[in-house]
Amino acid sequence: MAFNSILYRERPPSGVELIEQPDFFRDLNLDQIVEAVLADWKEYGLKCFFYSPLHDLEDVTYRQEVMQDFGSPLVMQAIMSFTGQMRRMRSHLKDGRKLYYKRFVDRSFLGAVSIYCSAIRELSVELAGVTITSCGLKAFREYLNEYVNSSSFSTLTNETEQLRSELSAIRYCMLIGDGGITVRHYGGETDYSCTVEAIFDKFRGGAAAEHRVRLPNTERANHIEAGVLDRVALLFPEVFRTLGEFCISKSAFVDKTVERFDREIHFYISYLKHLQPFAQAGLTFCLPTVSKTKRVDVRCAYDLALAGKLLTEKRQVVPNDLRLNDEERVFVVTGPNQGGKTTFARMFGQLHYLASLGCPVPASEARLILFDQMFTHFERREATVDLRGKLQDDLVRVHQTLEGATADSIIILNEIFASTTVHDALFLSKQILQLVTERDAVGVCVTFLDELSTLNDKMVSVVSNVDPEDPTIRTYKLERRPADGLAYAIAIAEKRRVTYRDIRERLGV
Amino acid sequence: MKALLMYPDRDFDFQQTLPWNEQNLTQDLDLLTLLNAMAGGDEFVLEVVRKVLLLSVPTVEVVLHRQAILRDCLRNSSLIRDLYKIATDAVEAEKRDWWRTSSHYASSMLYGSNKLLTVLVDVLRKLRNIAEQHGAEVSSTGFGKLFTMFREEFNEPYLGEIEKHLAVLRFEGGVLISSALGGINEGVDYALRQSRDPKKRWFERLLNKPSGYTLLVDPRDETGGRIVSEMRAKGICRVAIVLAEAADHVANFFAMLKSELAFYVGCLNLYDALTTKGLPICFPTVAQAGQRRLSSTGLYDVCLALRLDSGLVPNSTNADGKDLVVITGANQGGKTTFLRSIGVAQLMMQCGAFVGAEAFRAELCSALVTHFKREEDATMQSGKLDEELSRMSDIINHIGPNSLLLLNESFAATNDREGSEIARQIVNALLEGRAKICYVTHLHQFAQELFDKQIQDVLFLRPQRDDDGRRTFVIREGRPLHTSFGSDLYESVFGTDIFHRA
Repeated sequence: MAFNSILYRERPPSGVELIEQPDFFRDLNLDQIVEAVLADWKEYGLKCFFYSPLHDLEDVTYRQEVMQDFGSPLVMQAIMSFTGQMRRMRSHLKDGRKLYYKRFVDRSFLGAVSIYCSAIRELSVELAGVTITSCGLKAFREYLNEYVNSSSFSTLTNETEQLRSELSAIRYCMLIGDGGITVRHYGGETDYSCTVEAIFDKFRGGAAAEHRVRLPNTERANHIEAGVLDRVALLFPEVFRTLGEFCISKSAFVDKTVERFDREIHFYISYLKHLQPFAQAGLTFCLPTVSKTKRVDVRCAYDLALAGKLLTEKRQVVPNDLRLNDEERVFVVTGPNQGGKTTFARMFGQLHYLASLGCPVPASEARLILFDQMFTHFERREATVDLRGKLQDDLVRVHQTLEGATADSIIILNEIFASTTVHDALFLSKQILQLVTERDAVGVCVTFLDELSTLNDKMVSVVSNVDPEDPTIRTYKLERRPADGLAYAIAIAEKRRVTYRDIRERLGV
Repeated sequence: MKALLMYPDRDFDFQQTLPWNEQNLTQDLDLLTLLNAMAGGDEFVLEVVRKVLLLSVPTVEVVLHRQAILRDCLRNSSLIRDLYKIATDAVEAEKRDWWRTSSHYASSMLYGSNKLLTVLVDVLRKLRNIAEQHGAEVSSTGFGKLFTMFREEFNEPYLGEIEKHLAVLRFEGGVLISSALGGINEGVDYALRQSRDPKKRWFERLLNKPSGYTLLVDPRDETGGRIVSEMRAKGICRVAIVLAEAADHVANFFAMLKSELAFYVGCLNLYDALTTKGLPICFPTVAQAGQRRLSSTGLYDVCLALRLDSGLVPNSTNADGKDLVVITGANQGGKTTFLRSIGVAQLMMQCGAFVGAEAFRAELCSALVTHFKREEDATMQSGKLDEELSRMSDIINHIGPNSLLLLNESFAATNDREGSEIARQIVNALLEGRAKICYVTHLHQFAQELFDKQIQDVLFLRPQRDDDGRRTFVIREGRPLHTSFGSDLYESVFGTDIFHRA
């Protein structure tokens, strides 16, 4: 199998580089997640791949297999070491070009080529010694072996090493006087520092303060060094001529496919590296089972964006289970505010989106749906003077959503119509959910309207919880059970100090 | 390279912090009088003897080491003063080039160190000559080793070799550096090389050797000039450090030699001051800590002796085997002076000096502590007894077994009964903690009770009076008496006619 891309079975889809951030990214805090994932890897321009969900099960499998291979520390190590050298090679080239004097630039170029050659050779050796099961990495390994054994690569390697060893064998002497520097061949003169050290040995050691010479960090490529180097080149003309020719003939030495691999593989590296601190904190990840059948069953899931924040604040992350059985389609989430309702909605969206990228998801076990489109509608809390105008905007947006949605779509509604009257909100919400039901789409609806949870059989009621001992404490655990609204009311009453006891006390009874 | 005049095996650490109670010791024992006499006007000697005196908690071996050296000094005082002068001059030379040690630039480090070493090598030669001429005149191990080192380590061939290299290291013919090419073809692995023909100047060689290519740096090219000097600095960096360390080492040696000699110079000064007054000195017999030795013949308070022109009363005591010496008796009878004489002698013995006595024998103590009655509480923050007890509490924080405590009218700030009870508890506890105590006290109940117990380890002393009741200032063994001699003191001050007037 010819190798093209480690991200796609075939070539990457045309136009993938131009894809922009999907609309629902901000609602689901996926923008924060991708930002954090790519923070250390900006140079690779990987955002577009995180903006392109896959819709083909085999494509998802192609990536999941590679993710699986990265589970082996040896594979991760081999690839990381390779990409590290490639990065070093590039910065070497970039810095080298700034050196201005040709003989510095040339030597720097040679150094970059040398780093490249050894990076390729090492990777080829390393990959031969590890177990790989993914189609993607297997194909790449095959490609790499062919490349390493090609005559063009061995010529490149041989010429590079020959030149390097000739240059590093050069020794010369500088006699630095008052008016200048005389460059000449090294004639085997003894190391005078050693002589002096031996002579003064008697006077060393003891409690004497350590002396340090401050050697200024002068730009290495300066006109004096260049002048000295020109004279060294006069002493060794042959080597320097070969170097000049090498730099012209080998100007495009990096293999295009290897270059693309080096970029694309960071899709995996960046994501997996992002997960490391979570795993160290005891949070679990899994590769989800993805299918087009409408079954959702997830254990110990959490909001990845929120978990990142909680981790830096050293706070507890509360995982939740979620399950949609046979005919169930929509989670209706009710319960106390600040109890994790919105988080639940975001988590549902994140899980599916990350699964569609072929990535591990923040849960211990997960069966998820491969969706065709994702729609979110989160209440915007901006102050609007014209309530009617805002309600109309909301309806227009929801309408558009439902127009585009199919049976394979995911719809996430968070506190829609919260700013209108309860009567209107209830009426409109019921209509909308009815439409969602007719589409047979899957989704989440976060609401303060308990009635919605029993709208029809496709609704699953989920309630955010409070601590039974102290109702003002949220557990952030969400449970499948009928919405009752009771704990919520008591918690608010206690918070406002209007319980029986509170009122008696306050009235002085 | 060490002088080893204070310890047989190491330098004296002049950086140590002084004992916590140095101010109390200095005040209670009037040590400034002693220290000034030892300094003889030399501030440096003053500082050294102050530290040596206050920091002395050595071993018998160290005391004997110093005593032997001091005996040499007393016999060859002008030689020792000469050595001190030479060391002082060397240290002054180092101070003139103070910038040398602070420079981080290889060339100024090299230049300064070279200059200093050139001076110091000459001083080493001077010392070697002294060692060769006067080696036979010293008999202590300390001076013996020092002089041997001068003779053997700094023989003329070696010093000559050093001077030859110091000349080369001025690099008047330019600096020859070998180099390889680094990651961008820049010069790396600089190594200083010794020219085969150091006589020729670099430009002469340039004329003779067309095989090299010369890069001339325009004198107006300031950046270029700076870069060249940095390259030069890289080449000479290692030798600059070697020379700087060597210069430090030799300079440190002279600083140490000067400091250690300063102590003996201080002793010489004191010796001169005391012998001028016709007072005896002796080298004390030193016993291991814990052996409970304290005996003297003709012991006098050196500090008082330095102040007085006449009328000094020496004491002879034998408190061998005693844990506690209780001194009772009349005021103005010489008790405090006696207590001081013991403290000063103890300190002087422990630092290796002679003491003011015809004979003195004592054990080493792990710490010397004074608890003297303060005339007034300057801070007024606490009541007097409170202040006393707080000082005692500080003391308890700092002492261990075999400490020597000198208590002077401690706990007298309350009435006899209360004071006695406090004293009883404190003294008993201290004794059980293996402390040794000399206690001047008016607390009669305390002293009497102790006397009645007839304990072997306690010695009772009392100022003697001659037959017609006059104080002699002589302290002798004697049981505590109930009556103090305040009445006759009163009488001598106010005169007897006061009774007639009344």
